[in-house]
Amino acid sequence: MLINCPYCGPRDLSEFTYRGDANRTRPADTSTDQAAWNAYVYERVNTAGDHPEYWQHSGGCRSHILVMRSTLTHEIASVSLARGQKKASARRQQKKRPARRRQEDRT
Amino acid sequence: MAEYSALSLLKHAWSGNRDWRPAWRKPEPKPSYDVVIVGGGGHGLATAHYLAKEHGITNVAVLEKGWLGSGNIGRNTTIVRSNYLLGESIRFYDFSVKLWEDLAQDLNYNVMFSQRGVLNLAHSPGQADDFIRRGNAMRHDGGDAVWLNRDAIARKVPGLDLSGSARFPVVGGLLQPRAGTARHDAVAWGFARAADRRGVDIIENCEVTGFVRDGERITGVTTTRGEIAAKKVAVAVAGSTGRVMKLAGIERLPIESHVLQAFVSEALKPFVDTVVTFGGGHLYMSQSDKGGLVFGGNLDGYNSYAQRGNLPVVEEVMSEMVALFPGLARVRLLRSWGGVMDMSMDGSPIITTGPLPGMYLNTGWCYGGFKATPASGWCFAWTIAKDEPHPLNAPFTLDRFQRGILTDEKGQGATPQLH
Repeated sequence: MLINCPYCGPRDLSEFTYRGDANRTRPADTSTDQAAWNAYVYERVNTAGDHPEYWQHSGGCRSHILVMRSTLTHEIASVSLARGQKKASARRQQKKRPARRRQEDRT
Repeated sequence: MAEYSALSLLKHAWSGNRDWRPAWRKPEPKPSYDVVIVGGGGHGLATAHYLAKEHGITNVAVLEKGWLGSGNIGRNTTIVRSNYLLGESIRFYDFSVKLWEDLAQDLNYNVMFSQRGVLNLAHSPGQADDFIRRGNAMRHDGGDAVWLNRDAIARKVPGLDLSGSARFPVVGGLLQPRAGTARHDAVAWGFARAADRRGVDIIENCEVTGFVRDGERITGVTTTRGEIAAKKVAVAVAGSTGRVMKLAGIERLPIESHVLQAFVSEALKPFVDTVVTFGGGHLYMSQSDKGGLVFGGNLDGYNSYAQRGNLPVVEEVMSEMVALFPGLARVRLLRSWGGVMDMSMDGSPIITTGPLPGMYLNTGWCYGGFKATPASGWCFAWTIAKDEPHPLNAPFTLDRFQRGILTDEKGQGATPQLH
């Protein structure tokens, strides 16, 4: 399995650490809703098919990424940075910029 | 005369082995049953057997989407053990070992249960303390465990690298003498035949496509071979739990499906006569009667329903094996395959009534389902027949997650890939 890291390009699976199902929403830190916390901690959709999930490029740039991968075929449909969905538009812009600029953005 | 015996062998040899009865019939599904068991793997078949034998419930169908033995019952590394730390785990799995000890007699089918022992190697003083503690817990709850020092291990497993210069030097090992291996296919066939002879219908190539409901209550299943009504529907589908339960409208469960790979080498002369596990990483290995080394390691570590894995784990497992047994470095691999594991959030199984009325669920076996086959079937049959769990599986109900009473052997928390 190759994962196409947004920063490093396609890299071998062994460079990545699995960080789990991205279907879950963490309740607010102040929330005391037991059902919501129980769902977040213990319950999983366990999708057979396209599965959004977090990985970390721990053997590379260490960025957290959001991967859409089929649990039936292991085929990867998309990879993006995990820093919130609203970054999607920012990512499209980043593609146009040279690599150097991207690093500056991060620091 | 027992159906399989020396005498019956002789009798059938006399008639040219032409009139053996098939081990199970190929019945057409009836319109309704008292109990329908979804999943014709080891656990489903064992459940049918114990429902008939212990509770006299014989109007039962076992529905299998493929052929018998096509799932995890034919994909495991055949290890049977009960070397756990926590009381509820020890009691449950040790009950399973006791059932294993009489299983061939009970089923009149040679399941080749071989109590060759399971030896967990420890590679540091801290790990040794941990294993000795676990051994004491096992003995305290009625199991068996023996601590072996390095000399005793050298005598028991001659091929091991016990030198001080090993990457992970061995300091000792915890042996469970009553543990061992069994012939996995025979377990499926034995339970199937025993259940069949008591009147249970085993229906292969019959995939469940939906559940029939009367309000909240489950009253049957729709299948690729028609609709079947049932007073009780029991689900024991291991890695497919998520998919099957979605058909009943249960969208979320404390289960993730992960892929686990297993390997077998070319056949060798007798090399190791016990099951050896490596504590420096994760490896378990035994030798089959045909001579092949049967071994496996960690999960691949990501959600998967594909019955195949990736190469990093293959490399890791091979390097662990060579670290333990340098003499095996040039042995060739014959086959490798993957199975889909129903990983639960605390590493312990779920045998429960519900989650819907008329429904019973057996899942969450992580990668220890094979050894539990008889006890799982026995407890699930009890739960189905009496509508409440037996004390042995009472700690393993579905509501333990809400109630916060988890049985987390490894203390990993809700990270299924680490159990």
